Amino acid sequence: MADKLKRIDGRKSNELRPMTAKVGVVPNADGSAMFAFGNTIAIAAVYGPRLLHPQHMQNPATGILRCNYDLLSFSVNDRKKPGPSRRSQEISKMTEWALLPVLDLKEFPNTVIDVQIYIIQADAGTRTAGINAASLALAHAGIPMKNLVCSVAIGKQDKDIVTDLTKAEEDFEGGEGPTDFPLAKEANTNEFTLIQLDGKIPPERVKDVIEFANQACDEIYEVQKKALKEVVEQ
Amino acid sequence: MKNTLEEQEAIIDGGEESSKKRRVVIPGEVIVSGEDYLPSEGARRQGENIVANRFGLAEEAGRVIKVIAITGAFVPRRNNVVIGRVTNITFNGWVVDIDSASSGFLPIDESPRFINKSDMDQFLAIGEVVAAKVWSVNTRGIDLTIKGKGLGKLEGGFIFRVSPNRVPRVIGREGSMINLIKEKTGCNITVGQNGWVWIKGNNIDSEIRARKAIEFVTEKVAVEGLTDKMEAWFQEN
Repeated sequence: MADKLKRIDGRKSNELRPMTAKVGVVPNADGSAMFAFGNTIAIAAVYGPRLLHPQHMQNPATGILRCNYDLLSFSVNDRKKPGPSRRSQEISKMTEWALLPVLDLKEFPNTVIDVQIYIIQADAGTRTAGINAASLALAHAGIPMKNLVCSVAIGKQDKDIVTDLTKAEEDFEGGEGPTDFPLAKEANTNEFTLIQLDGKIPPERVKDVIEFANQACDEIYEVQKKALKEVVEQ
Repeated sequence: MKNTLEEQEAIIDGGEESSKKRRVVIPGEVIVSGEDYLPSEGARRQGENIVANRFGLAEEAGRVIKVIAITGAFVPRRNNVVIGRVTNITFNGWVVDIDSASSGFLPIDESPRFINKSDMDQFLAIGEVVAAKVWSVNTRGIDLTIKGKGLGKLEGGFIFRVSPNRVPRVIGREGSMINLIKEKTGCNITVGQNGWVWIKGNNIDSEIRARKAIEFVTEKVAVEGLTDKMEAWFQEN
């Protein structure tokens, strides 16, 4: 099945786009990283732990995580209206939930860790690229965390499951219609921190999706690991 | 000041170029496996492995495994010497911004001489800069003291910031680097663990020279024998 399938850019069904990752791209942040899936480029900057305002949001038991995802106006072909939107608020929140299970913020009561995620170029899979970048940036900021988070979007081309969709594939209307299935998991475990589904998929095929995701996340983890180790050796 | 800095150095750095085994680890990475090892700061036990809890340099000191931070924000610890700016005066002390998540508090009792509560601002006014030692870190905040050599209000000179993670390098092994810079420039220098550096010299040229020297050190991260390189730098500049 895997080899007969023709994808628009000639990839195999389980092949990711070329990935690049770089840590320490924002000198003024406490931690930062860039992560790219092909033409999708995300930059994440971490600030903190720092004192949280408004004060009523402070939690004396633990620090909190605050993510902000922003798809910049020049990142897409038709200019996107700048500023927060329903979509960006939702993705910010879900990024927070995807990252929080690996963090341990009990050491920093009453504080916040701010994660700014900017998509500077978008070609589908922006939230997953954002999570990968944010995970690297949090590690770079020295935040106590039990593991890295790897994230990938699995999708469907008619009946075939494919890894890491591009915008062209995401808009593919033929057959069963477009399906987008973003996942995030703790590296090298079976603990998923995010599962979303937009589209249709038979329940029995979800198992295949998880398998594709596991394989892709292993590759992503290697890229992330390399980027983090490189930053020290410069 | 010298003495306190040396103590700091010993605690934080543990000897920059010592023979202890060190390598870069990422969160979740297995550092060593075996029941004999004990996880310390920045590490945890998972089954029979010792796993890194944060990004940094893993260090094996006998059976104890710890991960030393190399990036990130300043997290105050007891006995850290910090430089901060007074942001508020309360009825029993001063609130000092020390560039960390919560601000420090310097109680009036911790000042070296008696101060009348009505003229606290004559001793330290809002906006003035002070070198202090972290006395305790708890959930309510950070308590500071200025009892000690080289601590207290900083007058004249200027302050600038370097990355808090580079501070052990700036101080050097047993204060070797900072003493060299002090000696060569004739300046009075205090380096806070929060990355604030205060320099005061006889003239502006020597102060700027000292600042350039410190910035030279912070740029050279993974260079061995930096003190020798610094001596060479002073020959050229």
